[in-house]
Amino acid sequence: MGSTVTTNNGVANVWNGGGAEPLGASYGKMMMWFFILSDALTFSGFVAAYGFSRFKFIETWPIADEVFTHFPFMHGVSMPMYYVAFMTFVLIFSSVTMVLAVDAGHQMKQGKVAIYMFLTIIGGLIFVGSQAWEWKNFIKGEYGAIETKGGSILQFVNAEGKQIKLADFAATLPEEREQLSRSRATWFMSEPTLPTYSVNEVIEGFKKNPDILIRTEVIYSEETAKHSIGAHPTLNKIKHKTILTREESLKRVNEAKIVIEGANLHRNEYGSKLFADFFFFITGFHGFHVFSGVVINIIIFINVLLGTYERRRSYEMVEKVGLYWHFVDLVWVFVFTFFYLV
Amino acid sequence: MAHEHTSNTKRIWVVFGILSIITIVEVWLGIEKPKALFHSNLLSMNLLNWIFIILTLVKAYYIVWAFMHMEGETKALRRAVVWTGIFLILYLTFILLTEGFYVFTVFRDATIKWNF
Repeated sequence: MGSTVTTNNGVANVWNGGGAEPLGASYGKMMMWFFILSDALTFSGFVAAYGFSRFKFIETWPIADEVFTHFPFMHGVSMPMYYVAFMTFVLIFSSVTMVLAVDAGHQMKQGKVAIYMFLTIIGGLIFVGSQAWEWKNFIKGEYGAIETKGGSILQFVNAEGKQIKLADFAATLPEEREQLSRSRATWFMSEPTLPTYSVNEVIEGFKKNPDILIRTEVIYSEETAKHSIGAHPTLNKIKHKTILTREESLKRVNEAKIVIEGANLHRNEYGSKLFADFFFFITGFHGFHVFSGVVINIIIFINVLLGTYERRRSYEMVEKVGLYWHFVDLVWVFVFTFFYLV
Repeated sequence: MAHEHTSNTKRIWVVFGILSIITIVEVWLGIEKPKALFHSNLLSMNLLNWIFIILTLVKAYYIVWAFMHMEGETKALRRAVVWTGIFLILYLTFILLTEGFYVFTVFRDATIKWNF
């Protein structure tokens, strides 16, 4: 067994464990492993909390395929999964270059380590940038929706059951509502950005277009069909959001209270408020890990260039930062599954 | 072990290939959503979700074992890290998902309507 107790009496050099290697791993590497373990438990706490909220609202949770549909330069084309698949590949590939850097470090090849570290950093930056773009689309939203007095989200679909934007049907009414800002009133008074259309404009537009129907948050199934009133007889599909008949839609639209465009921490046009909260929090926390990973990688990269590890005759630091980087990739694999696939 | 100096480049690329193939399969399944898998139910989840979770665990195994080189660590370190994580996560997930579903049934069967 490699776990023999190692004693280390009277050694002055205590910061690295005095060279003792319990469990056959150096002090720094073992501490990195235990940091990773605790960080993994933190992430699993978040993901399990996400799972809790999702099971709590299992019949109304947003469907990821309908939320994340954007791909660069493909405006208006619904392409679920592709962009996040691209991000996953970028991160996996940067993990490969990282492990190649570690491998080159074992062979004491300074030049190769530097090149692979550099590629890893580039991969990390592409990933963080992609995530920023994903956030931008999520925050901006695409279709817009209304929130009812009861706090549920109503979206709009056309006669074929395809979601349409508020801009496609909202009426223009001769009403004016100025954005309150600090320069318009007293210095301490302001309000969040007003939506493009007022509630009345959306309701009027809805009433004028007889083809438009309302889609609720409820996921259609034999079970939910029993207790949801006014489900459309032909448009509904199992495991899709429930579409209402025109009569029921007209009744529901009068409950409208707020027009919502995009997402923030308070409400979002996609459905359950917690969905956006968890999305921001978990991908944000992961993105922060990627960002700090990139920063640490840059520091190590500079050290490689300066020849620090050549003089030390060991590239173990590359190995340790590599552990962290792979961990970030590992977390993404799970985030990918639980936010986009499941 | 940590002190060997041979090159593992071939294995790295093999593992990259495995991870890529799994990801492609996942994305394909996620877009296609085969009805037989998607419209099924096993322990409150459909089979498609179970497949996703199992494939994810396979990916996690390869990342930790090959990329993080867990296979080269001593058995004691491996167990200290992996078992601690797995048992705590399984426990937490079980408790939270069960409770989450219970809260759902309370909402669903209550006389007060909450989502309207």
